[in-house]
Amino acid sequence: MIIDAISNGIVLDHITAGRSMELYQILKLHKLKCSVAVLTNVPSRKMGRKDIIKIGELIDLDLNVLGYIDPGITVSIVRDGKLDRKFTVELPERVVNVIKCKNPRCITSTEQEIPHIFKLTDKEERVYRCMYCESRAKGRD
Amino acid sequence: MDSLIDIRDLSTQEIDELLAVAMDIIADPAKYSQKCRGKKLATLFFEPSTRTRLSFEAAMYELGGNVLGFSEAQSSSSAKGESVSDTVKVVGFYADIIAMRHPKEGAPLVASMKAGVPIINAGDGGHNHPTQTLTDLLTIWREHGRLNDLTIGLCGDLKFGRTVHSLIAAMSRYAGIKFVLISPDELRLPGYIRKDVMEKNGVPYEETMDLTEALPKLDVLYMTRVQKERFFNEADYIRLKDSYILTPEKMLEAKDGMCVMHPLPRVNEIAVAVDDDPRAAYFRQALNGKYVRMALIMKLLGVK
Repeated sequence: MIIDAISNGIVLDHITAGRSMELYQILKLHKLKCSVAVLTNVPSRKMGRKDIIKIGELIDLDLNVLGYIDPGITVSIVRDGKLDRKFTVELPERVVNVIKCKNPRCITSTEQEIPHIFKLTDKEERVYRCMYCESRAKGRD
Repeated sequence: MDSLIDIRDLSTQEIDELLAVAMDIIADPAKYSQKCRGKKLATLFFEPSTRTRLSFEAAMYELGGNVLGFSEAQSSSSAKGESVSDTVKVVGFYADIIAMRHPKEGAPLVASMKAGVPIINAGDGGHNHPTQTLTDLLTIWREHGRLNDLTIGLCGDLKFGRTVHSLIAAMSRYAGIKFVLISPDELRLPGYIRKDVMEKNGVPYEETMDLTEALPKLDVLYMTRVQKERFFNEADYIRLKDSYILTPEKMLEAKDGMCVMHPLPRVNEIAVAVDDDPRAAYFRQALNGKYVRMALIMKLLGVK
């Protein structure tokens, strides 16, 4: 399978196999006008299988969302055909409006305009807790 | 510190300073009688509470200040559907400080982000109640003259009891503290508190289901109510409920210097006959609540 190299855009590599479509939805890539390639189950020496997303435009990415959904993703920023920056996303310290608090006793259940904010309280166990009621939302595996 | 939402917002030094001010108020209340003259405290109680609200109001009056507010959601604009954010924004124009109780967890935190004045969390559902914890700390200090080197027994509903969780978090900061957790299996302290608070801080603890056996070891016995609705079946409740009732007979097992605490209201978990025992500290504890709230109001208003 041949996918053209991008001259200006972003490559998300080392996505856990099978998770690319979820990221596609959450990052709202379907709203972009540029070409977007989603490759799934690509053989990988490190991971066995992995997904890759190539975005043919330099867009603003919410790195916290990426880190929460799938820490370990490699982000490559390509400018004028050259690799401008490459880094790995990590588990974010806090995420805003990514996790919804499910505690019916939480103030976010009645006050609609309040942002749902979760903070990382245990990095090893990947535990996030609601900033308001401290209910636990376990990080994704 | 602008507001007090969670006891963990306070450093150990800040807690010690608050307790020292409270002790000074007790020693010389007249010195403080005009400290908050011209200041207003709004008590926004979206759910009813007798002790906490009256204690806040008494605290402000004894500092020479004034009080306004409401004592149930039905008599507030929230009955018309107003948000907490909007309510506190407006009340912030009328009062210098707000004490707020709300059934929803996190409501006082939201209020503190929107109001232009300090917010004191006077209880948010089953979540936090930091002034109760300050009250408990002042009581332990007054009863024992120290907050370190104590064996503290916590008895009853350790699973849902927010006062117990906050007290463990606060006392775990002091040296030489040991906890004895006394509860039925159904109401054991949640694992994350044992792990995140006690084990992380290297605080020793033991768990038992037997109050009588634990009593001789304790310097403090903190009682809570075992509620019927916490059990899956009535048979278990009936089997266990009497084990966690403190009686004069059980008090024979306790040290002379032990103190019995309870956040109140008491239902039947402490026999009325125990009230006459000099070790029964729970009514003194309720009085301490007023003094520590006086100290807190002064601190948050920046009054020296």
